[in-house]
Amino acid sequence: MSVKKIQTDVQIKRALTRISHEILERNSGAENVILVGMHSRGVPLAFRIRTLIEIHEGRSVDVGSLDIGLYRDDISEKPQPTMKPTDISVDINGKIVVIVDDVLYTGRSIRAAMDAINDLGRPSQIQLAVLIDRGHRELPIRADFVGKNVPTSKEEDVEVRIIEVDGVDEVIITSEIGLAEGI
Amino acid sequence: MIKDTVAKKLLKQNHLLDLDGFSQSDIQAIFDNTDSMMEVLDRGIRKVPALRGKTVITLFSEASTRTRVSFEQAGKILSADVINVSSDGSSSKKGESLYNTALTLQAMKADAIVVRHQHSGAGYFLAQQMRSTSIINAGDGMHAHPTQSLLDLYTIKKHLGDIESKRVVIVGDLLYSRVARSNLWGLTTMGADIVLCGPNTLLPQDFLDSRLDDVRHPFKNITIENDINKALNGANVVMALRLQSERQKAGHLPSLREYSRRFGINSERLKLAHPKAIVMHPGPMNEGVEIEPDVAHGQQSVIESQVTTGVAIRMAILYDLITGNRPEKEL
Repeated sequence: MSVKKIQTDVQIKRALTRISHEILERNSGAENVILVGMHSRGVPLAFRIRTLIEIHEGRSVDVGSLDIGLYRDDISEKPQPTMKPTDISVDINGKIVVIVDDVLYTGRSIRAAMDAINDLGRPSQIQLAVLIDRGHRELPIRADFVGKNVPTSKEEDVEVRIIEVDGVDEVIITSEIGLAEGI
Repeated sequence: MIKDTVAKKLLKQNHLLDLDGFSQSDIQAIFDNTDSMMEVLDRGIRKVPALRGKTVITLFSEASTRTRVSFEQAGKILSADVINVSSDGSSSKKGESLYNTALTLQAMKADAIVVRHQHSGAGYFLAQQMRSTSIINAGDGMHAHPTQSLLDLYTIKKHLGDIESKRVVIVGDLLYSRVARSNLWGLTTMGADIVLCGPNTLLPQDFLDSRLDDVRHPFKNITIENDINKALNGANVVMALRLQSERQKAGHLPSLREYSRRFGINSERLKLAHPKAIVMHPGPMNEGVEIEPDVAHGQQSVIESQVTTGVAIRMAILYDLITGNRPEKEL
C-alpha cells in the first residue's frame, strides 16, 4: 500500500488561517457567523477556526457540532457508526452558518448536514469550509472556503489526521494500487 | 463471563430480546445513540428522516400505556410509519396463533415488530422464525423487558454520573417482575451493587437458596435483604416495583396494607438512603401501596424523567435494529 503525506502541520495551520480570513472577508466580519463542525474531525477544526477569528477580530463566534447520522441517504445500505451528540445551542435563524468539515468528496454528507441544519431553523445563508477538496462530487455542491484542492482517484483514500482526534496534524493519501500521477 | 447467549446471538440478527450477554460497550453504544435522540426530543420540531419509508408494528397482547405509546412516539419522530395491533382488535380474537400473526405482518413488509406477550419466551420464538423483520421484546411474561432496563440504566447514569459501585435497591415483587430480571442483567454488567428487598414469598427461590450456594445463579453483586430499613441504608438508587393486586389473591401476601407498611417507600424511610439518592419506578404505580405519593412526586423522584428517556432509548433501538447497525442480518 502506498502512502503519501500531502499536508504537514504547518501547512494545515496556514490553510486554516487563510480560511478564517476568507470567512471574515466574505461576511464583513464575524457578527452573524456561527461555525458548525461536523463530527468527528470537523468539530475540532471549527474550534481552531474560531480561535483564529478571535485573534484577528478580537471577538468571539459561536461554535456548534453536528452529527448527520439521522439524515444520511445510505442508512439502509450499510452499518452506521455510533452517533455523537448534535450540540447547537444558539438560535441559527437569520444567521450565517458555516459548515466545517475535513474532506469534501461526494457531497452527500454536506447534503445531509444542510437537511439537519434546516430542521433546526432557517439561517440566512449556509456556507461550507473544508480542509481538503478531493473532487468526485455526486451532487451539485461546492465549498466556499477550501484549504487545498487535491486531485485524487476513487481508489485512493484521503485521511485528515488532527491532534485532537489522532494525536498528530497531517493529511495523507493512501492507495492499495499506487498513487495517481501528479500528486 | 457469560458469552453468546441466545439474546446476544439474536441481537446480531437485529432482534432485541433481553440484556443477557450484553457487554458494557454494547450498552454504552446504545447510550451514545440515545444522547443524540435526547437532543432531537429537545427540539421545537421533533422529526428527523432517519427511518422514512420503514414500518414499525406494535403487537401487544397485554395492556400498556407507556411502553406502547413511547415506541409509537419513537417511531414517528424517526419518520417511520407505526401501526398498532392489539390482540383485542386482531385475528388473534378469531384464534390465529402468534406465529401466524407475525408471519402475516412480516409478509406485509414490517421492518420491526414490537411484541408484548403474556408468555415468557414469546419474542424468542418469533425471532427464530423471522427472515427480514426485527423482533423487539417489549415484555414477555415474567421473563424480560430489555428497553425498560436500558432506560433505567441510562436514567441512573444521567442522574448519578455513573452506575458502577452504586447501591441500587430494588423493592417489591421480584418473583414476577420482568423489569427486575432484565435490570439484574443490565445492572450487574454495569457493575452496580444490587440489593433485592421484599417478602420471601415474592423473591425467586433460586436467589434465596443462593445464600447457601452461590452457583445457583450467575449474579455476584447481589444481596438479599428482607428488612427495608437495612436495605435502604446508604442506597443511591431506590427502585420500587409495581405490586399487582393479584399477588394477594394468589396467597403471596396477607394484605396490601401490610405490604405497604413493611415495604412501601415513604419519605421517612427515604431518609435512610443517601441524601442524593434517586427514586425510580417502572410504572404504572400503585400510589399508597409500594410507593407513597409524596415520594413518587417528590424532589428525589426521577420517574417522569424515566418516561422521557424511554422515548429516546426506543428511538435508539429502532434506529439500531432497522438500519442494520449490527453485523450479519441473515438467519
